[in-house]
Amino acid sequence: MTALRIENLSRRFGDLVAVDNVSLRVEQGELRAVIGPNGAGKTTFFNLVSGLVSPSAGRILFEDKDITGLAAERRVAIGLARTFQITEIFPELTVRENLRIAVEVAGGHRLLPWLSGAGAREVESRITELLATAGLAGKADGVVGELSHGDQRATEILMALALRPRLLLLDEPTAGMGDQETHDVAQLIRRLHRNQALTIVLIEHDMRVVFHLADRITVLAEGSVLAEGAPDAIAANEAVQAAYLGKAA
Amino acid sequence: MTAIEEPGSAGRRAATSRTPGAAVHLLLTVLIWILLATMPLWIDRVGGYTNLATRVLVTGLAATGLNFLLGFTGVLSFGHAAYFGLGAYGVGLTIRYLVPSTLLGILVGVGVGTLAAVVIGFLIRKLRGVYFAMVTIAFGQVFYFIVYRWNAVTGGDDGLSGWRRQPLDLGFARIDILGDQTAFYYFVLVWFALATAAMWLLLRSPFGHTLIAIRENERRARFLGIPVEQHIWFSFVVSAFFASLAGTLYALLNNFADPHSLRWDKSGEFVIMAVLGGMRSFWGPLLGAAIFVVLQDYASSRTENWMSLIGILFVLVVLFFPRGVLGILGRRALT
Ligand SMILES: Nc1ncnc2c1ncn2[C@@H]1O[C@H](COP(=O)(O)OP(=O)(O)O)[C@@H](O)[C@H]1O
Ligand SMILES: [Mg+2]
Repeated sequence: MTALRIENLSRRFGDLVAVDNVSLRVEQGELRAVIGPNGAGKTTFFNLVSGLVSPSAGRILFEDKDITGLAAERRVAIGLARTFQITEIFPELTVRENLRIAVEVAGGHRLLPWLSGAGAREVESRITELLATAGLAGKADGVVGELSHGDQRATEILMALALRPRLLLLDEPTAGMGDQETHDVAQLIRRLHRNQALTIVLIEHDMRVVFHLADRITVLAEGSVLAEGAPDAIAANEAVQAAYLGKAA
Repeated sequence: MTAIEEPGSAGRRAATSRTPGAAVHLLLTVLIWILLATMPLWIDRVGGYTNLATRVLVTGLAATGLNFLLGFTGVLSFGHAAYFGLGAYGVGLTIRYLVPSTLLGILVGVGVGTLAAVVIGFLIRKLRGVYFAMVTIAFGQVFYFIVYRWNAVTGGDDGLSGWRRQPLDLGFARIDILGDQTAFYYFVLVWFALATAAMWLLLRSPFGHTLIAIRENERRARFLGIPVEQHIWFSFVVSAFFASLAGTLYALLNNFADPHSLRWDKSGEFVIMAVLGGMRSFWGPLLGAAIFVVLQDYASSRTENWMSLIGILFVLVVLFFPRGVLGILGRRALT
């Protein structure tokens, strides 16, 4: 089964074609990196796949099911979770509270006016498990908005993970981080991918992270797929070097 | 007050630990319940009267109900007087024309108000911010004009009189809530207790947590898989349900349904109360309502401009306590 299949997907904003006739396939269990210069349409591509923005043309299939017209929250419910380039969390709540909301919704409790003792214990143990995944247990009762940028991003990833997604979209998870934080987040993503058989699509500008993690790389430029292939092939691709790697250097 | 606020504000600011804040809130809750349970015993001595105490309770219930939506879902309704007023007319019309039963009247009033909220909430669930507020005003005014124009049944501008609340007949006992103002106070207190307990429990439930999530960050809430519109709709209905209940009790208190009780400026009063007392605090709206009602009672007999007094107080509170009087207790954790 193909985790994600995109067919001729386009999105226009007025005269600008932010995503221009993109087609691609991500296989189950793959870790795909999407790279490209600023403004290439990477985030818009995620917005289309996750349902935040609707396409001007084209189709989106998740596990062979057409989800093009599905509401964003329905996509989450069937196993598609994401993080944002600018962290979207509940900054005034603690890490634990952030996770609790995610875990309760994932457990199908969202409309319950009360939670049984057993249900509550299950939620707590899942929170503990998630906190351990990212080594955040020591900061669980800290208000998220007061934590470091790295810890906030880790919290957002954990919230997405709490939903037990089968496809996880991460938009520049290491943006604005120092070397140590970048390393930690890269390791976290690697562990998730290995241990949980999760399909991950990752937008990333840090090439060390990309070449360290990705099974395959898709290069976007001006809304179109410029190249796609294994990391070695992408590194050697002249068009990519000219359009992107060259510029970055 | 100062004695219990100290540890709260200090502890909140310094540490991320929840314990001091939780303790302060518990203390506040106990204090409030002691005051409410004993109010008829001392209200005369501080210059008030029993029906004023009842008015504080009823108005506080309406403001607390509104705040379920405003403070805990982050959605501003400027039309809650509609549900308050529908409750009031529901009970008045039932007792006057249908059955002389207080409890049945409450049931009808709450039913009518809630039904209206189910329909209106569904229609407006996708609107946000100012648009949501404006449309709630517009729908509210529709009910006001219906009541205002339908003279023959509602009494129009004169209000609905010619009926009174009926003594309670519980089978084994008869309670004279009509003749005995203190008995009526405790009758209202029972409803107030049930309503606030229900809201308190709801806010601590998984459903309540989704509302806080929507308030804190709607986009993240949606991308956790919460159907935001549906939850806002449900929160609106819960909120209007309690506003309707307060409306029925308000009409029963006065033996009268007032068309102004469903006009938009009444909605504004509920919002002012919530903001004044602190809309992030569960008890804030009750405190705001107490300040509002007592000030209104005291000042309206002395000056026609009592609203400007409220206005000045409101400005001062917003300037110096942007999170309302109880906002100084700090953020309330999700539980
Ligand atoms: N909601 C929007 N309205 C108008 N233009 C947009 C919108 N979202 C993105 N764009 C434009 O689309 C282009 C691609 O943006 P984006 O997808 O954010 O690129 P990237 O993530 O690759 O840096 C940019 O020119 C951006 O200004
Ligand atoms: Mg981007």
